[in-house]
Amino acid sequence: MSLLEIENLSLDIGGTPILKDISLSIGRGEVMGLVGESGSGKSMTALAVMGLLPHAARARGSIMFDGIDLVAAPEAAMCRLRGDDLGMVFQEPMTALNPVKTIGEQVAEGIRWHTGANRADAETRARAMLHRVGLPEAQFPLTRYPHELSGGQRQRVVIAIACALKPKLLIADEPTTALDVVLQAQILKLLKSLVAEDGMSLLLISHDLAVVADMAERITIMRHGEVMEAGNTKQTLSQRAHPYTRQLAEASTHVPHRPQSPGQSKPAPLLQVKEVVRDYPVRARRLFTRPAPFRAVDHVSFELPAGRSMALVGRSGCGKSTLARMILALDRPTAGSIRFQGEALEDKSEDALRPHRRNMQVVFQDPYGSFNPRHKVERLVAEPLHLLDRRPSPAERRESVAEALSQVGLSPADMEKYPHEFSGGQRQRISIARAIITRPKLIVADEPVSALDVSIRAQVLDLFADLNARLGVAYLFITHDLTVARAITDEVMVMHDGRIVERGPTARVLHHPETVPARALIDAAPDLERALQRQGAA
Amino acid sequence: MIPYLAKRLLTGLLTLLAASIIVFSVLEVLPGDPARIMLGMNASPEALAALRMEMGIDQPVLARYLDWVAGLATGDFGRSYTYSTPVIDLIAERVAVSLPLALLALALSTLIALPVGVYAASRRGTLSDTLTMGLAQVGVAIPNFWFAMLLVYVFAVGLRLVPAGGFPGWDQGILQGLAALLLPAVSLALPQAAILARVTRSAMLEVLGEDYIRTARAKGLPRRAVLWRHALRNALIPVLTIMGLQFAFLLAGTIIIENVFYLPGLGRLVFQAISQRDLIVVEGVVMLLVATVIAVNMLVDVCYAIADPRLRTAR
Repeated sequence: MSLLEIENLSLDIGGTPILKDISLSIGRGEVMGLVGESGSGKSMTALAVMGLLPHAARARGSIMFDGIDLVAAPEAAMCRLRGDDLGMVFQEPMTALNPVKTIGEQVAEGIRWHTGANRADAETRARAMLHRVGLPEAQFPLTRYPHELSGGQRQRVVIAIACALKPKLLIADEPTTALDVVLQAQILKLLKSLVAEDGMSLLLISHDLAVVADMAERITIMRHGEVMEAGNTKQTLSQRAHPYTRQLAEASTHVPHRPQSPGQSKPAPLLQVKEVVRDYPVRARRLFTRPAPFRAVDHVSFELPAGRSMALVGRSGCGKSTLARMILALDRPTAGSIRFQGEALEDKSEDALRPHRRNMQVVFQDPYGSFNPRHKVERLVAEPLHLLDRRPSPAERRESVAEALSQVGLSPADMEKYPHEFSGGQRQRISIARAIITRPKLIVADEPVSALDVSIRAQVLDLFADLNARLGVAYLFITHDLTVARAITDEVMVMHDGRIVERGPTARVLHHPETVPARALIDAAPDLERALQRQGAA
Repeated sequence: MIPYLAKRLLTGLLTLLAASIIVFSVLEVLPGDPARIMLGMNASPEALAALRMEMGIDQPVLARYLDWVAGLATGDFGRSYTYSTPVIDLIAERVAVSLPLALLALALSTLIALPVGVYAASRRGTLSDTLTMGLAQVGVAIPNFWFAMLLVYVFAVGLRLVPAGGFPGWDQGILQGLAALLLPAVSLALPQAAILARVTRSAMLEVLGEDYIRTARAKGLPRRAVLWRHALRNALIPVLTIMGLQFAFLLAGTIIIENVFYLPGLGRLVFQAISQRDLIVVEGVVMLLVATVIAVNMLVDVCYAIADPRLRTAR
């Protein structure tokens, strides 16, 4: 008999249907992967099991957990189950812990509440649990506060809270989406071992097929609040019988078609970065001693030829965003020089930078946060036009906006709309339109597709490839996601602790990494094909 | 924590110094000759000159300022022009009423506001939330002197539980004193509590939407424990800020209530001093208030750091 049996679960929030007749079952000790794009209802399914639905939500159907119907269970009964038999790990480790309580208090709290243990016993158990999740006492005493830990360490604390009482079912909702690939691999490994040691069942929710393929024996694929397909992971993902499964699998390994650049004749360098260093002052801990500064970027040199596409990959905190900010002249190097189109940027005044700014534009990660919601698309896309020497007339302005919008596959009529009227993928197209309106020679893209669903992300990658071929714009992609690098870059630079440790043609670096940091990154990156092969072997 | 406090203390002292210059110069340019005020309109020029010399008013400005500041530092606030007693004694007498009154009002307001704010936030959007916040709105809108008179009518005149006004002095017994301060404290606390309850509610609502609240609930904690143990402490920062501002107001901004209840508080002292051009008393009280505000702000900062560990290492 299964541990969790969801039957015909339907859910609406304030009259809007969210889930339609979901059925799903998880056996004891089984790992179930739940996959879907945003809005597919996978998180709501998890919250329904936990009994943590928003106030206005109404659920029908049944969720049988170990003989108890969770849909009908009163709040007091749910409180006894949550944190004891049901544990949950959330997506965003940076905000999942209470900032004013120590990690010891937060782990021990659930133990005390459920077992009635006294403070000392609960703390002993919390200590042991933190040790199991890789936070040994010597470096991580119980008295640490969350802000003293990194994202990966905080996620370990969240896992310790969820697993402290050996729940029968652990739900992990995108537990690694906010972490870089190396941390992701570590956290997934930790979850795997905890589940195996304690005989827990795991419901692993993810948008990433490769992650699920690596972890789960069975998989359920959801879309628009409905279950599309469910079954054995290997079979489902290799046969791809359901059209939506096929679409998802293809999109997640999508490589856009790029006409091979007539490579041999080496184009002139567009961007030359030479021996760039960026130091940040470190806050003094004592009153009169000044600590050594933190070196975020350490003697970085490289050249980007015009029209080429280059990836800058590395773990979070390796200095890649700092480097990008200096290239965009948003920050000045402590030492070294950055030349763009042959001219040095680092000592220019804001006025002198204007002509350069129009030739380099930026696309950010979050298509939701980077627009003023009260402006129309016309105004948003036209924003960089103030960098031109001559102010365009209103008619010219509209013409430029219309052209930029059609370049990115939107309709010129869209300029009358507001950002909230567009989907995430369309919004990222708008930010690309904004970036190309001044006809730049270089676009710096900071994780441009990591907030997007796989199918939309494939389309946006196609768009980047297409604009590169048609407009000859060069790219610097900043990412920790190697599939992006694989899809649309000619060259890859691997950054580690502020330095470029490896650089070469994309295929060479991704298949034969030479340095330890590059290899760590590439081994940790989830890969659907590899994961399916491993599943077969097991 | 210690260097942080030392830094705050130094800034506080500098602020106090700046305030002393401003207070002294402003009162310096105001018209009015203290000697004439003391001796009356018919005083002879000789008597005036003699008094001026005795009071040191004929000295140059800088010398008088330094003299005054030196006096402040040693607790000598000068001698009142109208009462001819040391200013420090006048102030001390009034602080003995105003300080307990302010503390009592603050305590009452906090005791009312925190539970009400937490309760309303936990029932957001329900009838009880709407009603509570409606009442709070009324509490802000009611003029406190009107509410004070209402209290006097019911509890002093009608039920005869407490005196209607006046202050017997602490030497008549602590209970007697507290009884005299009870109604004034309640009427001061009501609007403050209403404001504080609204601030508490909105701070709580913000915190209740945070991810760590969901984590706490996923642990199995019942709603009450989540509210009091996880949410409230995180919501305290804006509440503490408002409490600090309110305390400064309660100490000196209570002249209306002091008048309604015939209380010899600081507010009335300042009012009388201003209307009688007793500038040295005004200066003394203003400096005392500035010092209090600085001290309260420091205290609030320390409370921030106690409430939120992230602030202990920052700055």
